[in-house]
Amino acid sequence: MCGEKVKQMRKVAVVAAASRQEEKMLDTEVEMMIPLITEVRTRTGLDQTDIGFTCSGSSDFLAGQAFSFVMTLDAVGPVPPIAESHVEMDGAWALYETWVKFQMGVIDTALVYSYGKPSPGSLQDVLSTQLDPYYVAPLWPDAHSVAALQARLLLEQGIITPDELADCALRTGTVESREDYFLQPLLADPLREADCPTYADGGVALILASEEKADELCERPAWITGIDHRIDAHHFGVRDLTAAPSARLAAKNAGAHDGPIDSTELHAAYTTHDLLLRKEMGLDIPKIPQRSYPIQADTLMASGLLRIAEAARSIWDGSANRTLAHATAGPLLQQNLVCVLDGGGD
Amino acid sequence: MESNERLSAPLVLEYPFRRTTGPVIGAFLTGLREKIVLGIKRQDGTVLVPPTEYDPETSETLTEMVEVAQQGEVITWTWVQEPRPQSPWDSPHALAMIKLEGADTPLFHAVLAEGPEVLEVGMKVRIKWREVTEGHIKDIEGFVPFEESNG
Repeated sequence: MCGEKVKQMRKVAVVAAASRQEEKMLDTEVEMMIPLITEVRTRTGLDQTDIGFTCSGSSDFLAGQAFSFVMTLDAVGPVPPIAESHVEMDGAWALYETWVKFQMGVIDTALVYSYGKPSPGSLQDVLSTQLDPYYVAPLWPDAHSVAALQARLLLEQGIITPDELADCALRTGTVESREDYFLQPLLADPLREADCPTYADGGVALILASEEKADELCERPAWITGIDHRIDAHHFGVRDLTAAPSARLAAKNAGAHDGPIDSTELHAAYTTHDLLLRKEMGLDIPKIPQRSYPIQADTLMASGLLRIAEAARSIWDGSANRTLAHATAGPLLQQNLVCVLDGGGD
Repeated sequence: MESNERLSAPLVLEYPFRRTTGPVIGAFLTGLREKIVLGIKRQDGTVLVPPTEYDPETSETLTEMVEVAQQGEVITWTWVQEPRPQSPWDSPHALAMIKLEGADTPLFHAVLAEGPEVLEVGMKVRIKWREVTEGHIKDIEGFVPFEESNG
């Protein structure tokens, strides 16, 4: 959806968000989501019966159970019956589905949430299963090794430098100093621990509202002025891993370059991804730091939607007027979603 | 039970379906059983290895399979010091993208080398087959470095 066209579309805003991330959570998924969903409904004064559509994102592979999202609906309260949908993807894509629902004109408010709880199992095993089932998955590579293959290509071709990696690690808070970075042993040659994500359990819930409703529910709604998602080939051997064309296209189509961006929230779980995404999307190192970094706490299925929540928070607290949120899914930045939010001020 | 103790119970995940591998992936895997490597030609003449039934960029149906060499060069690599429990390899090895001669895209597999100091981008490697092959990506035990003779 190109930026120009979005301006003619129905205006939709993010009006409330609640989130939680911890390295290991003892709560069940339902126990984790109840306080978050309650918080956004309380903040907007909406009862579940006032909400036109509810959409979630999660993974059966993490829960180890088919249709696991149905159980988490207990955190919403599906009686009396609700209009509901689910994506087996990061919640950012649940938000996209919800945005489309708004464009159909049938709803004025929506609840979007997503969650992931990898701590009871092996996240590396789950991530292996998303690779090509015939050619790659049977070899069970771990995610850091796969990321390292891309990192070496980027370094060998001079697209990124070791100094840039060190600066990125410092900026995202995984090391105290550049010296510390270079003293770290290699975790997955050429990547160091400071280049790779720490995984966390967590969840995030958002309320979206149409222009007819948003101003009632929020002092300064974060308007979605552009949103787009694109995908590259699944098998990473056929892709040029030194580029992320789907991220570049999604940013363009979401209107990222139609005005200045005050802050960016990138779903970059590796320093290499942060640097590559900024190059592909034409983004500078932001003046306002990200509110949280997936490299410090990455929650499969929730990190992307959390970026949109954080981009909205920067608008609500007045620290930014125009923000960009990015979400990714699949191996090595295969799928990318970009959402541009605007506070409507100057 | 302590309140901070996590309850646990065994859970065995099953995938009780059989899949057919189709005319292209199936041919590639059968090729491995016969210790040959097959790629597939795209409309522009370039060759995809491993092959797919469709062009990943244009979505055109692809059908023309061609045999490629069993040697090629390392495009990128990383070192695995401690293999994971499910890994086909139980000793330290490299994981790499290897472009075989005659192919235009790289294949993901292991390079069986002494240590990371042996590895470099552009190094020549060739397939080491398992003794018994059964039509699986693991029929390739790994790739081993070799010196090209000039004579």
